Amino acid sequence: MPKDNGIGASSKRREDARFLTGRGKYTDDINLSGQAYAHFLRSDVAHGRIRKVDIGAAARMPGVVRIFTGADFEGVGGIPCGWQVTDRKGQPMQEPAHPILAQGKVRHVGDPIAAVVAESSDQARDAAEAIAVDIEELPAVVDMAAAIRKDSIKVHDDLDSNLCYDWGFIEDNKQAVDKAVKGAHHVTTLELVNNRLIPNAMEPRVAVGDYSAHDGNSTLYTTSQNPHVIRLLMGAFVLGIPEHKLRVVAPDVGGGFGSKIFHYAEEAFCTFAAKQLKRPVKWTAARTESFVSDAHGRDHVTKIDLALDADGKFLAIRTETLANMGAYLSTFAPSVPTYLHGTLMAGNYATPLIYVNVKAVFTNTVPVDAYRGAGRPEATFQLERVIDKAAREMGIDPIEIRRRNFITEFPYATPVAVEYDTGDYHAVMDKAVALADYSSFDSRAAASKAKGLWRGIGVNTYIEACGIAPSALVGQLGARAGLYESATVRVNATGGLVVMTGSHSHGQGHETAFPQVIAEMIGIDEGMIEVVHGDTANTPMGMGTYGSRSLAVGGSAMVRATEKIISKAKKIAAHLLEASDADIELKDGSFSVAGTDKSVAWGDVCLAAYVPHNYPLDDLEPGLEETAFYDPANFTYPAGAYICEVEIDPETGKVLVDRFTAADDFGNVVNPMIVEGQVHGGLAQGIGQALTEGCSYDGNGQLVSGSYMDYAMPRADDLPFYAVDHSCRTPCTHNPLGVKGCGEAGAIGSPPAVVNAVVDALQRNGKDIAHIDMPLSPARVWAAMNG
Amino acid sequence: MHDFELVKPATVADAVAALGGDDAQPLGGGQTLIPTMKQRLAAPALLVSTAGISEMIGVCMGSDGRLCIGGATTHAAVAKEAAAHYPGVAALASAIGDPAVRNRGTIGGSLANNDPAACYPAAVLGSGAAIVTNSREIPADDFFAGLFETALEDGEMITEVKFPVPEKSNYQKFVQPASRFALTGVFAAKFPDGARVAVTGASESGVFRWAEAEEALSSKFSVDAVSGLSIPATGMIGDLHGSPEYRAHLVKVMTARAVAAAA
Repeated sequence: MPKDNGIGASSKRREDARFLTGRGKYTDDINLSGQAYAHFLRSDVAHGRIRKVDIGAAARMPGVVRIFTGADFEGVGGIPCGWQVTDRKGQPMQEPAHPILAQGKVRHVGDPIAAVVAESSDQARDAAEAIAVDIEELPAVVDMAAAIRKDSIKVHDDLDSNLCYDWGFIEDNKQAVDKAVKGAHHVTTLELVNNRLIPNAMEPRVAVGDYSAHDGNSTLYTTSQNPHVIRLLMGAFVLGIPEHKLRVVAPDVGGGFGSKIFHYAEEAFCTFAAKQLKRPVKWTAARTESFVSDAHGRDHVTKIDLALDADGKFLAIRTETLANMGAYLSTFAPSVPTYLHGTLMAGNYATPLIYVNVKAVFTNTVPVDAYRGAGRPEATFQLERVIDKAAREMGIDPIEIRRRNFITEFPYATPVAVEYDTGDYHAVMDKAVALADYSSFDSRAAASKAKGLWRGIGVNTYIEACGIAPSALVGQLGARAGLYESATVRVNATGGLVVMTGSHSHGQGHETAFPQVIAEMIGIDEGMIEVVHGDTANTPMGMGTYGSRSLAVGGSAMVRATEKIISKAKKIAAHLLEASDADIELKDGSFSVAGTDKSVAWGDVCLAAYVPHNYPLDDLEPGLEETAFYDPANFTYPAGAYICEVEIDPETGKVLVDRFTAADDFGNVVNPMIVEGQVHGGLAQGIGQALTEGCSYDGNGQLVSGSYMDYAMPRADDLPFYAVDHSCRTPCTHNPLGVKGCGEAGAIGSPPAVVNAVVDALQRNGKDIAHIDMPLSPARVWAAMNG
Repeated sequence: MHDFELVKPATVADAVAALGGDDAQPLGGGQTLIPTMKQRLAAPALLVSTAGISEMIGVCMGSDGRLCIGGATTHAAVAKEAAAHYPGVAALASAIGDPAVRNRGTIGGSLANNDPAACYPAAVLGSGAAIVTNSREIPADDFFAGLFETALEDGEMITEVKFPVPEKSNYQKFVQPASRFALTGVFAAKFPDGARVAVTGASESGVFRWAEAEEALSSKFSVDAVSGLSIPATGMIGDLHGSPEYRAHLVKVMTARAVAAAA
């Protein structure tokens, strides 16, 4: 019988009751007394010099409280970058200023020029339209290759060039890799684009700034994945507010996918303006505004070489990437194409030599930063695509070539600086092949053919580094933050518990899954445990949720705190039972003396802790509340094998994903239903990237895909019923739960499976097409087929 | 959205009178107009809703054998009520947008807007229908005047559309992946005196009739008749979702599919 409580139970998500019945409390649901509304006037040109911003007429419009321009922020810090990358010569990256409101120049469509605060949002917008902006439009730099030519116009006049950094990883390996590629039996080369994506969380960004005159404290309510990080960045680097005078609250958040990790100008603006005006200031993004103000994702242009011996064994991998940073450095932008990308370039394969070169480039486009997977999808895509091409060129079955190169001995130190602790790549491939009914493909292909459709099958594996991250290691790599996580476990006198976690749930289901862990440890009903998160005022300093880290890092902190609770509770129980601590056992919520029938219930111990009449006060403090900070010893390494089957309509080029199989190794699983839901969502995003989503700028830096009329989000009817499996489990060796993280897997592993399947279908039907860049829209597939 | 006045008259006469006001505009289902106003790209002072004009709502067969659809009839109502009389038009209406759009959007609103990728213009032109307004009856061939342009005068309102009913017909839409409007849509109809083929979504000039296909299908209404035809890419739309060549190709493919499905 399946469990209905604790680790392994598919407990229903308790938070869904409020989300699905319209009772969630999102930032836009917060309305404070006396609140004013902000509207941002944004640049409609991609690049220009601001000659004059005349707010005279606008300031006299009805309801206007105040209009702010760049000049109001001259003494205020800009938006900081949280990661410094060092280039091939040992020099720090070029790091431009990022003002709250544009100063001197605008650098992308959507760059905020002025902000109107008014009594209503309509009045703020009316007044913003009345601001007279005189901008000398400059040629825009959009194409990355053009941007790094010596004669290019510069996005930032005070930088040497548009090159943020030229990074080599690992630089000392470069010569050996070049030599191996040169001398190899076979080299497969592929040039590809990892398409730019616009995040599109269901809830657009919102910020409400508040200032309390009676104590001088500021509060920011914001749509964030990590309120403590925002408090630190905004308080210390932008507004100069000490953390004890600043509270950041991220209540219910409707999806993030990375785009709500970063500190944005609008958050600092609302906090700043609230203090200036002594009244709350609220900003709610319109969807169209989100398209030009939320950090975008991906946008790499890559050339990869894979060197092989005559048996198809991988000898060396060499990749060169141009990575778009956009106009400014978003919070973690520099880390995405480097340490979240280069370190995963080994994939699941024992390739002895690897060299990764990345040139990060400034352009007149919206800043680019982490988006579900962040660097790892880019690594997986190029590797799994080039392996497929190599298999075809060498006449080796695509599964066989992967099996010949799988890493089988663990721990495994890759040539790109990480150590995989555990895994079984043959097992996940076996599982995927079985679930996908791979061996019957030919009969399905024949059935498709009879309908006039071309069927293809694509296979790939993926690996990701999750559970981000060991602080000392990432500090060496340039992170300006630690990446531990925290938890306070508070036991109440009547036995219920509250977990105050630094992790933040914006859809992941922490309020359900975290209690399952504690319930398992103590042996009580998970309904006795409540999760508090998202408020710096009542949670310990934590780093938030991204990089599939919540359970692996935040959950581990919670385990450590709960262990402390149990240890202390055993001492109290020993006292009550007049026994030795060492003889106390905890099982099913009851403390007993080993080998006897003497026991005391969990609730009685909790009560004793807070009503310490019969209590070892000489040896033990009253109360039962513990905090733990957990800093992981290593990343975790989820891995899997994915198989996709597509049908192509050869007349129109339309691709239908007919079957999709995902076999993942996430280590131990706390709530299988939530894990499957995470994989489903990730697959939808990955298939969306592969087939429909494509952010497009024209040569003038105008966003062509500026709304849902032109930016194609995947819809339910674009997706098949998935076969998802997580029964292959090699538990993580270094965290107490043995968990690895599942949030990003689907988005990382699925794009190459789809593209591999499309290319396979074309090849099987006589079209010698090596690659098509994503998104594989009908028009692109048809164009490729018709040369 | 800027402030505006809304009136909801009960008769065509009252609506026409209201439309005489400054900067007044008819409001059908608002599926294009309202989002445009929210974006502040349109700011009429007065909206004259057609939703309460009962004489403009409904589907019936006229005594002359034409299918009459009131200008304020929703797509969902057409999908249901026209099915027995003119399945080609009913099927087209059933696949416009999504359920929310179909339950608000109206045939009159769609035709007056004349979005170059809308579905209805293909059916109207492909049927040789007549657009009836408060003042006249306009043949479909004279109604569509390019992108978002029609023969309607200021203050003129579509009250009804009259469709001759063909022997057979079908509409095939290849959707634009993001908007799901027609990237290319083809309506093919076989009448006793010949075939009509109207194409939406493809041309820079909006909906048009494909004369060569009509000629070929008038001789023989079969897929074979159009299999050797092609249409030049010149004048076709080229954008993020497809080149002019791709759209020209889709015109051919969708025409063949429409004929096959009709026959």
